[in-house]
Formats: sequence, structure tokens, C-alpha cells
Amino acid sequence: MQDAGLSIAFWLLAIASVGSALAVVLLRNVFRAALLLISCFFAIAGLFVTLGADFLAMVQILVYVGAIAILLLLGIMLTKEAMRGSPFSRWQVGAGIASVLLLISMIWVFNQTDWPKTNTEVALEPTTAAIGLKLLDMDAGFVLPFEIASILLLAAVIGAIVLVKEK
Amino acid sequence: MAIGLQHYIILSAILFCIGLYGALAKRNAVIILMSIEIMLNASNVALVAFSRFIVPDLLTGQIFAIFVMTVAAAEVAVGLAIIIALYRQREKVDVGEIDLMKW
Repeated sequence: MQDAGLSIAFWLLAIASVGSALAVVLLRNVFRAALLLISCFFAIAGLFVTLGADFLAMVQILVYVGAIAILLLLGIMLTKEAMRGSPFSRWQVGAGIASVLLLISMIWVFNQTDWPKTNTEVALEPTTAAIGLKLLDMDAGFVLPFEIASILLLAAVIGAIVLVKEK
Repeated sequence: MAIGLQHYIILSAILFCIGLYGALAKRNAVIILMSIEIMLNASNVALVAFSRFIVPDLLTGQIFAIFVMTVAAAEVAVGLAIIIALYRQREKVDVGEIDLMKW
């Protein structure tokens, strides 16, 4: 019963995410593309829920929908490029062929690989505390990457301010 | 049929290739940034799926996904700042016409 529910959720979210990602790439209206990007982000948050990653699903909604999508919408409004639409470049056909070839080769490799089998029955429990402990564990944790990430964010904020500052 | 690792990584590959196509085939710089976000999201789906199906009790993939999100946030902030600075100078965000660094 739980399996059937998970399957239905996976297929619905997969169709929603792929459909809205395709629409982002193919639509000529920039504003609609940005709104469909938000629906793609929501579908991926749902996929994280089906994978038992509750904390990541919330972070996905907060960071991607709440911050990145809003920044992109602001970028569209500030550059007034919406009137010109989003035209394709000269390399449209070549890019399409390259992407399809990459997709075919990736799917071929995935089907050839003998993935290690583990128990797929994972107890559904909150991951937030576990992620926090794992991230800042002194012995086998990610303390240094954590600090580097904070410096990276600081550098990005300062860089963005310097770049858009009026001369 | 039960949903397994294969389903998630193939979905992730499809999303990645859609993003790649958008990043290569579009001229509007904001749309290119959006396509790059789709690619980063696809890699996150793959990381979390590997974490869930191969090492369920380690959570390493989820932590990697958090770092990917951090980098994506920094990237989109700086990327939009560059696009807006360019727009101020040249009144356009068409990557075909931005050739400052072309040799």
C-alpha cells in the first residue's frame, strides 16, 4: 500500500518536474518560464519528500523558491528583457543533439552498472537533527566545508554589492 | 512496480540534459541562469537518491546537497549582479552580443 502511494507520488512529481523544466527551456515568454521554474522547484521538493529527506525538502522550498526564484524574477524585471522574449541561439540544433546524446549515454551507463543492493525499507524519521550532528561532528564531520561555505556566501554577498554599485 | 534508485537517477539525468540544452541553446542570460539552476537541482536529486538507496544511515548525500544549494545561492547572486551591471552598460542581456572577453 505504501509502495503504491510512493509510486504514484514519484510518477506525478517526475512528470511535473520534467514538464515544467521543458517549459522553462522551450517557452518564449520569460516571465512564464520563471513561474514554471518555481513549479519545477516545488516538484523537486516533493521528490525529496518521497526520498525521506524532509529537511532538504524544506530547505529546497526556502532557498530555491523563496530566494533564488525571487532573485531571478527581480532580474527579469530589472533588465526589461521580457519584451524581447527568450530567443534561441545559433547552436540550438547542435545543443539539442549534444544533450540527447549525453542523455542516451547516461541512461545506457545507468542500466549497465550493477548498483549495490541495500534494504529499501528505511525507517521514516526526521533527518534534521541527524544532519546537524553529522555536519558539525568533530571527528568525521564537515566542519571545514561548513566554514568555507559561510566564507563563500560572505564573498558572494560582498561581490554582488560591489558589482551592482553605482560608480 | 516499486520505485528504485534507477528511476531517480534517470529522472535526474533527464532534468540535467534539459538544463544543459537550455544553457547551450538560449540567448537570454537570465534564462541561462535558470537552466543552470535546473542542472544543479538534477544533481541534488541524484545525490539524495544515492544517499537514500545506497547508504541509508550515513546521510552524506543530503549534506552534499546542502553544500550544492549554498553554492547555487552564491552563484545566482553573483550571476545576476553581473547581468545587471552589464545591462546598465549595454542595455541588453543577450549573451550573443556580450563579447567583452572575446579574443
